[in-house]
Amino acid sequence: MSDNVLFALEAAANGLTVGIMYSLVALGFVLIFKASGIFNFAQGVLALFAALTLVGFQTGQVPFSHLINAIFGTNIHDFGFTMPAVLAIILTVLVMILIAILVERLVLKHLVNQEPIILFMATIGLAYFLEGLGDIMWGAEVKRLDVGIPQGMSPWVDEVTYNLFGYGFYLDELSLWALGIAAVLVTALVIFSQYTKQGRALRAVADDHQAALSVGISLRFIWVLTWSIAGIVALVAGIMWGSKSGVQFSLSLIALKALPVLILGGFTSIPGAIVGGLLIGVGEKLFDFFMQPIIGGATENWFAYMLALVFLLFRPQGLFGERIIERV
Amino acid sequence: MLYREAGDFKTSYASDNQTFPIRFDRTAYWAVMAVAFLLVPMVLTDYWANSIVIPFLIYVIAALGLNILIGYTGLLSLGTAAFMAVGAYSTFKLTTAFPEMPIYIVFILSGLVTSAVGVLFGLPSLKIKGFYLAVATLAAQFFLIWLFTRYGWFFNYSSTGQISMPERTMFGVVITGASASSTAVYFTCLIFTVAMAWLARNLTRGTLGRTWMAIRDMDIAAEIIGVNPLIAKLSSFAVSSFFVGVAGALTFAVYLGAVEAGEAFGINKSFLVLFMVIIGGLGSILGSFLGAAFLVVLPVLLKLLLVDGLGWPSDLARHLEIMIIGALIIIVLIAEPHGMAALWRTVKEKLRLWPFPH
Repeated sequence: MSDNVLFALEAAANGLTVGIMYSLVALGFVLIFKASGIFNFAQGVLALFAALTLVGFQTGQVPFSHLINAIFGTNIHDFGFTMPAVLAIILTVLVMILIAILVERLVLKHLVNQEPIILFMATIGLAYFLEGLGDIMWGAEVKRLDVGIPQGMSPWVDEVTYNLFGYGFYLDELSLWALGIAAVLVTALVIFSQYTKQGRALRAVADDHQAALSVGISLRFIWVLTWSIAGIVALVAGIMWGSKSGVQFSLSLIALKALPVLILGGFTSIPGAIVGGLLIGVGEKLFDFFMQPIIGGATENWFAYMLALVFLLFRPQGLFGERIIERV
Repeated sequence: MLYREAGDFKTSYASDNQTFPIRFDRTAYWAVMAVAFLLVPMVLTDYWANSIVIPFLIYVIAALGLNILIGYTGLLSLGTAAFMAVGAYSTFKLTTAFPEMPIYIVFILSGLVTSAVGVLFGLPSLKIKGFYLAVATLAAQFFLIWLFTRYGWFFNYSSTGQISMPERTMFGVVITGASASSTAVYFTCLIFTVAMAWLARNLTRGTLGRTWMAIRDMDIAAEIIGVNPLIAKLSSFAVSSFFVGVAGALTFAVYLGAVEAGEAFGINKSFLVLFMVIIGGLGSILGSFLGAAFLVVLPVLLKLLLVDGLGWPSDLARHLEIMIIGALIIIVLIAEPHGMAALWRTVKEKLRLWPFPH
């Protein structure tokens, strides 16, 4: 095989791993959209917030230390201990559940039966709020996140591809882990929604709110449940992205990338979110690889959106979405 | 007794159709005009002009434009800042290519160029709507900014990648460049804002505005009663982009003087304008003014209070500001989904009945 094809293959493999990140964020979107019809813009910021909280717990930072220092003139930064990763993750999960409960109590409860567009804007507000809160709580500087996932070039991939093609691919070890964790997560979600009582309730609500209410399913509980699950998915996405390139604001921009992913996959399909994410990840890397000599680099910024735009014109419901039927 | 239709007799169709049918509103309108044109220029200092008044006037134009699209036609757009960038870059290209062209013509032409680009990106709206359309406008946002920073032709191959405004005069007064006085800049922005608000007000209560609103309320039903969705949606995109383009041109030419596309017209600016429209009130001209005023004044006030007053670090104040804006959006949506303009509507109802409670 010629070198060019090999380079393209390598780019595609790397795109696949970026795509997993998109998929994870998109997964959170789909969960909430299915259960409550809310298009949750805050999903990306949720991931950022989760990662910030995790790092905060791990390094034993004092929450709001900047604020406290500014008000009382003190100079405190951390508790002086560090926490094992597992404990920090459990605590962060609890925080995400707390956020889910608060969101339901303070926001969603009051916006029942509003138009979807109003709810969408409310989640934009939520995104801003959480972003500010995360920065004030834990500080805005870029943080290193390390929960013990190996990093750096994967020697295994390098060796295998070298034996196959005579050229070793550079693939981050973290990416392979991300792939595995995403697979486990999706399997767990599918099992949860197919075989548990709460999972069935979840699907019932997704199918028809009013019918679900009439057979005695608590909508409010289901909302808290889905937002908690979305929070946990966000945490996983946050851990992956954070270990790769540090915990920083750009994480929340991934949320925007998840929009075209959803359009490709369909708003209501979990496999769609995964496939869409991978397609966009591979597509933007390959497009950049082939088009760079012709139109210049940094096309990743817009390729996903343009692809979605073209896609929308031909198949508005996405690859796996339910058909959109409109009535007057 | 202040606020009554009663006793205000209309004797001609023209007076029956006027913008403000109630005498109190008319008086208030002329009073605001008098203050804006006579009083403000006398007391305006450079600091207040640059930190509040001029950004306010420019954001009003952008908010009016976005309100036409979202509030009146119900088409969600997240690409406002990119269209502002189109306005800014067309101003730059036009005024450097034709230095003789009067600057107000340049501004209007920039608006028209933005209109054309807006219609192009508005084409998908014929087939899709809601969140789907939001993604289409996001494509505009990221693609246009990429285009402006990537191709040298747009910034005349300047080494910094910035565009900077040469000195131009309007009616013999310098209004752009470093030597422009803040009063001249203020008047330029004020004249444009008043003209655009007048245009928006009259468009939205005319035939075009009514077709927009019919599409917003239910597009299929509107189509059945004979509204042409093609014309309604694309004209909405065209008019909206014209406003936003002029706002972008003014931002670049008279307010900032030199801009870099990615920095001045990033996605955050799109959201800022969107928030102005939401907080101010969807589908309300007054709302665009209130929303813009609120979101321009809030950061300045917070900075004065926290950084200068209490001595907090400025990044902390900025994060608190983001938090407050986010919380406000949610509170406004819960308490008053129609924004600050709806509050004014309630006050008007009360005024009508005053001094009686019912």
